[in-house]
Amino acid sequence: MGAPAMTGATMVDPNTAAIARYRNNFLQEVEERVEEGKWVKMCMQCGVCAGSCPFGPHWEHSPQKIFMMIRAGKRDEVLTSDSMWMCTSCYNCVVRCPRQLPITQIMHGLATYAHQLGLAPKMQPTRDFSLQFWDNCTKTGRVNELKLTLGLYFKDGLVAGIRKAWDMRSIGLGLLKAKRLNPFELFGGHRCKDRKGFAAMLKKAREIEARRKTGTA
Amino acid sequence: MSEMKTAAYLCAGCGLGDVLDAGQLEKIAQKEGKMHVVKRHAFLCSAEGVQTIRDDIAKEGVTHVMIGACSRRAKTEAFHFPEVAMSRANLREGVVWVVAPGSEHDEVRQEMANDYVRMGCAELKKMKVPAGNPDAAGNKRILVVGGGVAGLTAAIEAADTGYDAVVVEKEMQLGGWAAKLWKRVPFRAPYDGPRDTGIADLVMRVAGHPRIKVHLHSTIVETAGAPGRFTVKVARESGEVTEERVGAIVQATGFSTYDLAKLPELGGGQDNVVDQAGLEALARAANGRAIRRADGKEVASVVFVQCAGQRDESGTHLPYCSGHCCATSIKQAMYFKDTNPEVDTVVLYTDLRVPGMGEDFYRSAQDKGVIFTKGRVAKVAAADGACTVHFRDLILDEDVAIDTDLVVLATGQVPNSGVDIDLPDEDAAKTRQVSILNLNYRQGKDMPQLKYGFADSHFICFPYETRRTGIYAAGPVRRPMDMQQATDDATGAALKAIQAVENAAKGQAAHPRAGDLSYPIVRLEGCTQCKRCTVECPFGAIDEDEKRYPVFNESRCRRCGTCMGACPVRVISFENYSVDTVGAQIKAVDMPDEFSERPRILALACENDAYPALDMAGLSRTVHSAFVRVIPVRCLGSVNTIWITDAINAGYDGVMMMGCRKGDDYQCHFVKGSELAQERMGKIDDTLKQLGLESERVASYEVAITDSRRVARLIDDYAARIKEIGMSPLKGFA
Repeated sequence: MGAPAMTGATMVDPNTAAIARYRNNFLQEVEERVEEGKWVKMCMQCGVCAGSCPFGPHWEHSPQKIFMMIRAGKRDEVLTSDSMWMCTSCYNCVVRCPRQLPITQIMHGLATYAHQLGLAPKMQPTRDFSLQFWDNCTKTGRVNELKLTLGLYFKDGLVAGIRKAWDMRSIGLGLLKAKRLNPFELFGGHRCKDRKGFAAMLKKAREIEARRKTGTA
Repeated sequence: MSEMKTAAYLCAGCGLGDVLDAGQLEKIAQKEGKMHVVKRHAFLCSAEGVQTIRDDIAKEGVTHVMIGACSRRAKTEAFHFPEVAMSRANLREGVVWVVAPGSEHDEVRQEMANDYVRMGCAELKKMKVPAGNPDAAGNKRILVVGGGVAGLTAAIEAADTGYDAVVVEKEMQLGGWAAKLWKRVPFRAPYDGPRDTGIADLVMRVAGHPRIKVHLHSTIVETAGAPGRFTVKVARESGEVTEERVGAIVQATGFSTYDLAKLPELGGGQDNVVDQAGLEALARAANGRAIRRADGKEVASVVFVQCAGQRDESGTHLPYCSGHCCATSIKQAMYFKDTNPEVDTVVLYTDLRVPGMGEDFYRSAQDKGVIFTKGRVAKVAAADGACTVHFRDLILDEDVAIDTDLVVLATGQVPNSGVDIDLPDEDAAKTRQVSILNLNYRQGKDMPQLKYGFADSHFICFPYETRRTGIYAAGPVRRPMDMQQATDDATGAALKAIQAVENAAKGQAAHPRAGDLSYPIVRLEGCTQCKRCTVECPFGAIDEDEKRYPVFNESRCRRCGTCMGACPVRVISFENYSVDTVGAQIKAVDMPDEFSERPRILALACENDAYPALDMAGLSRTVHSAFVRVIPVRCLGSVNTIWITDAINAGYDGVMMMGCRKGDDYQCHFVKGSELAQERMGKIDDTLKQLGLESERVASYEVAITDSRRVARLIDDYAARIKEIGMSPLKGFA
């Protein structure tokens, strides 16, 4: 997972490039570029996924609708939808799909693709959290809980952050007392032993992903 | 059979001996039943018990046998004595198993058993041994009308089983619709693509079969006769008429496609809109290369519109689903995808119905990139050398329009079932239907239709059966279906036809009383020419002679007795089932007086569903009132109103009539029997009123074979009702 700016040195915006390449055939684009996207055409529109999703009422489009929209070529609506960001990976839909579609994987694949093209909804909370989490843990090889928490508190600005921190103060103090929260983590914090190795691992993973996308893996 | 020698055999097995006073039963059989021989056996259906009866028949000259044991539906193999007349008193399922246990019920239980023995003896004395149908004829050839997949399969199946077959086809060549297809849907795994139809092979096999004769370009101008002796006049287009003598007929006349011109809103009539048959023609012309439209343009995009003029709730088009069209559209979409995956193929459906393994075929199409969109088409508009399909996307809930080179409408199957004989003449003239069989039957030229013009058949209880004995419908003329189903259907119909010719040759009834040797006998001297029998016979078995007397075609008869129930002067009877056999049973019951508080309820139970349900109530020891006396009848249609009058006059407190479900989804084994009974009983109300009796004294019920618990409850409820309205005041006058 990389931010849009990291995807390449080319000057062409990846979204524009994708549009140019696939013109109207969004289904083909999904099939070729989205993880497990080749399954989308196999959906038979029974709606069992939509009925099984615990988040059903809380997102814009059910998986059933997303798949239908892909076939109908509704590129912008799909890629800017918040739906795939709301998936909690409970796998209820995958278990129940009579056509055995890997729905959870497809939803994550679509989220990743939308993110790579810079189309994902900007302030969508789960997307924001994912970004912060990724940055946080890739820096040191460990998740810095204090920094992650503060980052989430202050995501909507200084005032909102202070208000949020104030609201949560009793929990914070309790954690301090129980020695579950170390305020010095704010200054660097602990890290994994082999940071170079960790960085190399991530680099390798990115290479594999890139290779897979260009079809050379 | 000049001398009648009667014998009663009373069984004491299955617990009968423990709770019934066998001495009393014996005495009744002797004194009241006047049986010449009365014997008791501890285990009558044992080899030894059966041998006793056999010996008496062989050595003592017993001609009539009354067995007081279990239900007439039980132990039928042990108690099989075709050479004598036989009645059965149902002491086990009918008495011991359904009367509450305990000595406090001994009296009513014994009374019930006594009555059944009385009834068995009374019935027996009115019976004769059926001699078999005098009209029997042994022609075993089978005529197949229609040379499509169903017809050809029926002919091959019959011929391969050893029966000569004659095929009549109206076109110049065999093959029907199948010959007009490019490919067919796969019948077995792998369900990955269209297959060759195989029709050429089938046609070759039929054409080369030594037992099959084919009339091409021919129609039937007259069908006369009955199973085992049909005479069919086959006319060639040229006018030359050949006479074929056959024993049974399979009607496999198939379907016509729904007229595209009736679907202008879906583009019917536009150049770039075809039906499925139209697309098959284009595919055949393309012969494996890219499919082109009529104007020669190679098709780059195609939209299939499912349910075009089908499943229509407005009443304008076909109300039903033709079943095959979803799979057919899938197959046709593959015609495009298999030659060029770049062709846009969209199937617009509301419900995709691919029964059986069709689901795998559907999946294969999705895998090939056919797009399936759940949508309802509003309009197909012609647009600049193409079409625009306007539809409502039912998933995304929005109106959409797509442009396409070609639109294929999945229209439905309209059965080629000839004329609707139930239509009044003036309406029939308007439909311009042409008869197929041209039967010279009094009731009409073709088979009666059930629903939506399909040839009548109760497809759950008796598939392939029609209301014309010896004539069987197969394929889409019976219900909408695809090639594979038509193949199975034709095989079933061929076997039915074979059964029919075999039964006819032996003078036996066909389904559902297969093997029955009795037949309706009419005493024409007493006939008043009222025509009720000829009109009401559900099977069109009865014609009319030039003097306007009924002509019973015994081989066409199913032995339901509907004519016997209809006859106001009671001149129709069967040797072992008549107004007298039942009337004698009704009168044989010992009638306690008005003040005894022991009412008597007569139950006339259809032997097809209600009587088995009563037996099963016994089997599960579901107890019910011991005041009921059950008489099985062949069909409620055979119930003559005189029985009801007799019962009321004899002092019965109530009469229950138990028959099968009637109406559109009837379960009556004789189609119209229970309906007719209901109609006739409407007149009983007046009779009851004249006698100053409550109308509830006669009640009718619909009982299914599964209603074993319910039937016991019905009896109890009715007995309670009789208690409320009180005993009949007519006791002791008869």
